[in-house]
Amino acid sequence: MDLRYSASDEAFRAELRAWLGATLPQLPPEPPRDDWPARVVYDTDWQKRLYEAGYAGMSWPTEYGGRDAPPSEQLIFLEECSNAKAPYVGVNFVGTLHAGPTLIAEGTDAQKAAHIPKILRGEEVWCQCFSEPDAGSDLAGLTTRAVRDGDHYVVTGRKLWCSFGQVGEYGELLARTDPDVPKHKGISWFILPMDLPGIEVRPIETILGSSEFCEVFLDEVRVPVEQIVGKENDGWRVTNVTLSFERGTAFVSEMVDAMRMAEELAPRVHDPADRRELGHVIAEFDALWALTKRNVSRAATKGDTGLGGMIMKLAYSEARDRLCELSMRVLERGAFDVHEPYVEERLRTLSLTIAAGTSQIQRNILSERVLGLPRERQWPVGE
Amino acid sequence: MNFDLTDDQEALRDGIRAVCQGRFTSDRVRAGFDRAVWDELAGTGVFSLIADGFAWADAAIAFEELGRAVVPGPLVWGVLAHGLVDGVPTGLDRPVGAPAMVEHLAASDTVLVLDGGTVRAVAASAVTGELLDWPLDPLTPITRVDALPEGDVLAAADAAAWRRQGAVLTAAFEAGMAHACVEAATEYSLGRKQFDRPIGSFQAIKHMLADAVVRAEVARTAVHAAAVTLDDPEVGDVDRAIAGAKLLAGEAALKNAKTSVQVHGGMGFTWEVDAHLYLKRAWLLNTVFGTPDACADALAAGLPAA
Repeated sequence: MDLRYSASDEAFRAELRAWLGATLPQLPPEPPRDDWPARVVYDTDWQKRLYEAGYAGMSWPTEYGGRDAPPSEQLIFLEECSNAKAPYVGVNFVGTLHAGPTLIAEGTDAQKAAHIPKILRGEEVWCQCFSEPDAGSDLAGLTTRAVRDGDHYVVTGRKLWCSFGQVGEYGELLARTDPDVPKHKGISWFILPMDLPGIEVRPIETILGSSEFCEVFLDEVRVPVEQIVGKENDGWRVTNVTLSFERGTAFVSEMVDAMRMAEELAPRVHDPADRRELGHVIAEFDALWALTKRNVSRAATKGDTGLGGMIMKLAYSEARDRLCELSMRVLERGAFDVHEPYVEERLRTLSLTIAAGTSQIQRNILSERVLGLPRERQWPVGE
Repeated sequence: MNFDLTDDQEALRDGIRAVCQGRFTSDRVRAGFDRAVWDELAGTGVFSLIADGFAWADAAIAFEELGRAVVPGPLVWGVLAHGLVDGVPTGLDRPVGAPAMVEHLAASDTVLVLDGGTVRAVAASAVTGELLDWPLDPLTPITRVDALPEGDVLAAADAAAWRRQGAVLTAAFEAGMAHACVEAATEYSLGRKQFDRPIGSFQAIKHMLADAVVRAEVARTAVHAAAVTLDDPEVGDVDRAIAGAKLLAGEAALKNAKTSVQVHGGMGFTWEVDAHLYLKRAWLLNTVFGTPDACADALAAGLPAA
């Protein structure tokens, strides 16, 4: 057990720091959060710079233009970028972290050739069309239909919480291709060109008053059959394959950011009880940072992150919630403005315990897969 | 960087766990600490790990296992004082303006006193006091001593180092206890049936246990980071890492022991089930080598104040 970075890790860090130091001052000012056209320009420009410098696709295989970096370098990359306040992955999120890895694992040669290089170079923006009004935690219960009609699937339904829906050129779409089999076995994964006729995108106003997510209406959208990824009805497995790309570095950027927030908040925390709470928050983030190093180490040596990977989302989101609640206790009421960074962060953090598996779903998964406890009986319970 | 147990560390963990499962069964643990326990533990080499060239990270791994089995005794002092005093040592931080509460006095030969920057050694036979009739933790006899003799300065001991090392070992013990509580409560919840199904199938129980396993694993990771930093201070801030570990491990042991009592229901309120032994030890260990409050305050003090 050791926490020392290797000489090659440190060399990578030094080289990256030098590049960040030279590159970040050249960036234009960050656009306002709801100016989506400007955000696309800003975020994809950053992705292009990363690509040209060899830092795009840190975890991607080299044959797809990635760097195939060891997990420790992936950790250092995220840590240094966050420390230097480099742009966040932004509108490139779905493409680089979700759709791209899915296509690498499951796409055809033609699908890979059409999308992988563009995603990596910041030339193609993706959005996600997974959740539905009646399929949230129970995602596999989705009802958007895709009916085969010659060379096309005809897709009809409603998608919700589509991140970057207003700017995505392609969507990763889950739709039901067989309604007569158990729910996990009748779903397919599609590449959805967002400019097809029959697609309407409406922004959702969030608790922040911003438009991070969209609702997408699909009305008999004709999707060419070559846009299916993986086999028909195998979409649930395809969706879960993506997760195996993650090499223990989940939440690194967010955690560096949270630790900085705690340090910056410290001078405003005066009350002894609040100071004590600050100490608790620091202990938790220090421990989760150590846990990240454990997960990265395990990903490198054992290929999976084990228990540490399974608890990270729940532990991190709850710790961040605690930090945000502390910030609200120490702010003056005059600072209760949604554009005040701590207030904005407090509101945004409410989504962490909900999105991508609520804390309650995380607890179910942990208790079943780690502790071996049985599933709760389904309702209605038969007599 | 490889912040995961090495093969040797896994073997050490498995070895100590096997010793505990074989010899420190519930019946044996409930019989309390005595010289036979000391001799058996000394025979495993657990007190001499550092002298034998192992790291504090290794010692922490061993103490996690002792904590899992909630083995009684002044075990931390056995490591700190190894090679410096003969026989069985116990110890404490000299209290200011209050009676000293000495643990395991009758079974010990020497009482080690952390006295500011120095460590003093007092012959146990020279210490007199009043043995508590019913100590909260039934496996940790406590003697209330109004006048603790001065004793002799133990020049070879570094009080500041002992406080750090003692905090790491105690935190490791607590993290092991926290995991053991999850395991015991999980096992009970699978066997106990109400409403025609195992109570472990109810989300109310599942979520309590999920939170408990998160606490235990986060605490264990913090303990490992603190121990590794103690071994190699260049990788971080030793005192910050130790305060965080002691805080999280102390909380995890206490909260998980309470969870275990609660999941065991009425049986958790009995003497017969071991859950109370973990809860009572957790309360006790939270008073030594840094209370959770003191650790949190120390962590906050390390950050800028206006």
